[in-house]
Amino acid sequence: MLWKIEVERQEEFFDARGEGIKKDIIDLGISSVDRVRVIDVYLIEGSLNKKAVDQVCKYLLSDDIVQVYSFKEPLVKETAGVHLIEVAYNPGVMDPVEQSTKKAVADMEISGVESVCTARKYVIYGNVSKEEIHKIADKLLCNKTVQHIVTRKEKVTLPASDYRFKLEYVDILDASDEKLMEISFSRQLYLNLKEMHTIKEYFRKLGRNPTDCELETIAQTWSEHCVHKTFKGTIDYDGEIIDNLLKSTIIKVTEELNKEWCVSVFTDNAGIVKFDDKHNLCFKVETHNHPSALEPYGGAGTGIGGVIRDPLGTGLGAKPICNTDIFCFGPIDYPHDKLPKGTLHPKRIMKGVVAGVRDYGNRMGIPTVNGGVFFDEGYIGNPVVYCGNLGLIPADKCKKEVSAGDKVVLLGGRTGRDGIHGVTFASSELTDASEVISSGAVQIGNPIAEKKMVDTLIQARNRGLYKFITDCGGGGLSSAVGEAAKDTGVVIDLEKVPLKYSGLSYMEIWISESQERMIVGVPEENVEQLLNVFKNEDVEATVIGEFTADKRLKLRYDGNIVCNLDMEFLHNGLPKKNLVARWISPKFEEPNFKDPSDLTPYLKKLLSSPNICSKEWVIRQYDHEVQGGSVIKPLTGVNNDGPSDAAVMRPVLDSHKGVVISNGMNPNYGVIDPYWMAASAIDEALRNVVAVGGTLEKTALLDNFSWGNPDKPDRLAGLVRASKACYDIAKIYGTPFISGKDSLNNEYKVGDESVSIPPTLLISALSVMDDVRNAVTMDGKEEGDLVYVIGRTKNELGGSHYYTIRGWVGNNLPKVDAKLGKKTMQRLNLAIKEGIIRACHDLSEGGLGVALAESSFSGDLGIEVDLRNVPVEVGLKRNDTILFSESNSRFIVEVAPRHKKQFENIMKGIPFGLIGEIKREKVLKIIGLKGKTVLNTPIQKLKAAWQKGLELN
Amino acid sequence: MSEVRVIVLRTAGVNCDYETAHAFRVCGAEVELVHINELRRKEKNLNFYHILALPGGFTYGDDIAAGKILANEIKFTLKNQIDEFIASGKLAIGICNGFQVLVKSGLLPRKNGGVTLTDNDSGKFEDRWVYLKETSNGKCCFTKGIDSIVYMPVAHAEGKFVPKDEQTLNSLVEKNLVVFRYVDENSNPCGYPYNPNGSIYNIAGICDPNGRIFGLMPHPERHIDPTQHPRWTREGLKKEGDGLQIFKNGVEFVRENLL
Repeated sequence: MLWKIEVERQEEFFDARGEGIKKDIIDLGISSVDRVRVIDVYLIEGSLNKKAVDQVCKYLLSDDIVQVYSFKEPLVKETAGVHLIEVAYNPGVMDPVEQSTKKAVADMEISGVESVCTARKYVIYGNVSKEEIHKIADKLLCNKTVQHIVTRKEKVTLPASDYRFKLEYVDILDASDEKLMEISFSRQLYLNLKEMHTIKEYFRKLGRNPTDCELETIAQTWSEHCVHKTFKGTIDYDGEIIDNLLKSTIIKVTEELNKEWCVSVFTDNAGIVKFDDKHNLCFKVETHNHPSALEPYGGAGTGIGGVIRDPLGTGLGAKPICNTDIFCFGPIDYPHDKLPKGTLHPKRIMKGVVAGVRDYGNRMGIPTVNGGVFFDEGYIGNPVVYCGNLGLIPADKCKKEVSAGDKVVLLGGRTGRDGIHGVTFASSELTDASEVISSGAVQIGNPIAEKKMVDTLIQARNRGLYKFITDCGGGGLSSAVGEAAKDTGVVIDLEKVPLKYSGLSYMEIWISESQERMIVGVPEENVEQLLNVFKNEDVEATVIGEFTADKRLKLRYDGNIVCNLDMEFLHNGLPKKNLVARWISPKFEEPNFKDPSDLTPYLKKLLSSPNICSKEWVIRQYDHEVQGGSVIKPLTGVNNDGPSDAAVMRPVLDSHKGVVISNGMNPNYGVIDPYWMAASAIDEALRNVVAVGGTLEKTALLDNFSWGNPDKPDRLAGLVRASKACYDIAKIYGTPFISGKDSLNNEYKVGDESVSIPPTLLISALSVMDDVRNAVTMDGKEEGDLVYVIGRTKNELGGSHYYTIRGWVGNNLPKVDAKLGKKTMQRLNLAIKEGIIRACHDLSEGGLGVALAESSFSGDLGIEVDLRNVPVEVGLKRNDTILFSESNSRFIVEVAPRHKKQFENIMKGIPFGLIGEIKREKVLKIIGLKGKTVLNTPIQKLKAAWQKGLELN
Repeated sequence: MSEVRVIVLRTAGVNCDYETAHAFRVCGAEVELVHINELRRKEKNLNFYHILALPGGFTYGDDIAAGKILANEIKFTLKNQIDEFIASGKLAIGICNGFQVLVKSGLLPRKNGGVTLTDNDSGKFEDRWVYLKETSNGKCCFTKGIDSIVYMPVAHAEGKFVPKDEQTLNSLVEKNLVVFRYVDENSNPCGYPYNPNGSIYNIAGICDPNGRIFGLMPHPERHIDPTQHPRWTREGLKKEGDGLQIFKNGVEFVRENLL
């Protein structure tokens, strides 16, 4: 029997969900909607009688103080002016509520429930046409990738589908080149002809065709996502031959710097550095761009879920302690009718991504401490979603080992058809057909499943029950197991893998990317104890195979061999990629306008521009304080609403030792030259660390490239230039890279035209701080204190936000003098340690002007400065350039008058200027080069401009 | 000297267990993190402990409604242990999700108490610091000695306190069961964002008629160390965080009355 239960808020209670949707509908241009109500729908199938259903409704599914329910008839009927849209998840899509509802009903000792699923019914009141209802459903309420509109009575229990084993071979031995490429394309392998030839040759020697499973395994292992063949290939960069870009730039810095506190770099799932005597830190950032483009909520949620499993799968497992997320979207006010076909509107993507990260991170109990949002038209077809996670790991649990004879145990979630071909999908370009053909690649996460797994894994780790761990991420078991056993060998019995529903073939089991799964390698004598740890807290754990010593990847299904590959070929057989890179320096028109006599309107416009304005709307939705270690929060100042430069936290609660997390990124510069973009991103990440009191000497970096198609010489040349800058700049600063990731092929195809996203490099920094009580924030503190600028201001407005708001790009982008930058940051750090810096803010987007405004309104105090005292390069004579140039390695600091001498002594040899003073009068006043006031405005007005830039409901 | 024993109850989705345990440890208590399955299987007995702490988190994903599934589980599967625990005069504190569980399982303010916690008026999860005024006039054993306003963060999506009717609210107030109200920095009850969720009568926390079961939406365990205060870099480091007194009081009450 199927029971359909509807639950709704009582009339007198405000329906915030409904109101939010109403605003979105008005945004779509449909103004005739009076009101929207949201009804939660539960479909319960089983042998329950009416009385039992009423009990479930009354005591479990509804709250009689604020809600009403009905299971006999719908709460609202469709009539003139009352429209209903019911949206449900597609069969097989993760619906976490199903499991918890079943559990709760069982706790009530009510039996007979077979399946539960949920849906949502939207009631739309108003004079709205049928077409408009379709538009609302399509643009706002239902994402066809994972959901559908309910039009008739549905079955809840999935029909049991049988799978009958049949081993499939793919005929490649007799295939022509054309046929080989057709196989690669139609099976979504995304392998090129050279690679297909190599595979053909391998099997020709074996005298047989590959099974479908073998071919898939090779494709997964050789995908750009898993093996980074661009970075490891041979590149002809304008005649210079680079063999392995990664090793000759990013890894090279780390090797040459050879820091004793780097525990594990570029080998495990995340980089590891020393923290204190007992603990180390693990840090990793990843992208989840393509899934987020199609299903923002699920894509971003599984992005954060996936990156949490990286530190968790490093060493013997790190406890996740904080997240950092950076997103790039198209402009949120972009006209709907200009959107390319098949793309979601940037506003919808942003809301979905923020909600996805929020719901996953918050439920996992991991604070999101730092991040950023960047808007540019270049991300309309392909958003960028970076998710990062930091973990804390005992110093003696950082090494893992695979031994022949150890059992392979699969932990966590069950395996379904979700996420099939995620890896190869990530390695291809998006097209307007992606929505249809790749929908299996997108899924919804279940954070509580992952949380349970983390809780139990840490217990098993502490008891020393396993020797190896890794996560099932892209490529699922095929990548996790294949990589784990590459030096030993493994045999897996695929029928032992627990499934969400029947009917999966051996190959689907092997490549499924179902979320919330890990594998561990367990000595036989520990297996029983280990399984008990998980069973005790309702986490599924299953022995699915064993590590061997024969260096072969063997897969069986019910005893039949379905894959038997040589590990050597699988991991080293990939032919090296030869690529061509050609750099053509773009020339933009030089801006041509006068230095304005009043800079006030420009500062206000900068403050309210989307890339500079307050991100409080996003930040407050993330729990940034759970786990109790928060020291410098993302929002700071008198009213807890100013923008912090970096996060500081204490991972160990009975200690004052801390960690700083910051990020640097500026795709605007990448359009001009990715070399200086990369240099600036490093400088910015380091500035942020130093601004809150961190030190360069204990700072490690992560690189995360999101780029276009590397087979195109211009895109690749940019990538080479950015990598070269990573080496040059990090080498001088003395800050090693410990891990990184690249996401290439971020292009969007419409018809024949392929559009690349702007070259986007995110640099994330992690720095160990001996005593968090030395930390400094950016808000102005006290009337009468002195304001200094540190670092030299140059005419470097190319790619600046000032040029952007005035409609220009320019060419003279900020460069980095890393030798001077290093000295500057070291001296500043010294002054902070002496305790004489009361506030410090780095100068970045919007330059000195924006930094002064932010420090001023965050401290609710005025500032008066004189631009004549700003150290500038020879010949710089414009007020707007001094105020808005984004030259690197600069800060403003606040120093009490009694520390003037001490401060100036410390800074000797570094460009700095005493530019002004903190004032009681709440005004920002700036005197220009000719002694005239060029800006004079109440800080409340500046703050209002800054706070209104990003208004979402 | 015998120990004050605290049980911090864990289950799927509990996530403030670590810092809640830390807060009690700072006050000298012996703390044990116990999974609900251990109580259900009777491997551990609730009555061995003096204080039951239900920490924050998203138990079972807050599916259906926040805290509902754990409340249901406690009500139906641990009824005897809980009844005995409360009857013997022991203490319980529920923070955030733990408060939602106490309310929805009928442990607060008392059986069929006619109150609930529901969606914030803002319609979304919010993390922000709030000022609280103690209003139980000495009724709640966890808030003794707190006479000035205290400062701590809230972080929730479903924290709006709603009594069934006027009469229920009046009864809570008259019996001194309203322990904390959201106020501004001058101790006056006022609207959003000071009242972060639209709670009726600005109620942030309540206790049972014996003053021994206490639930609140704000997180005292997130203001133990002075560096947790959002403005310590401008206002200086206090001697201790405002939340610590709540845990100290609980431990002290047990020492004086139950050991």
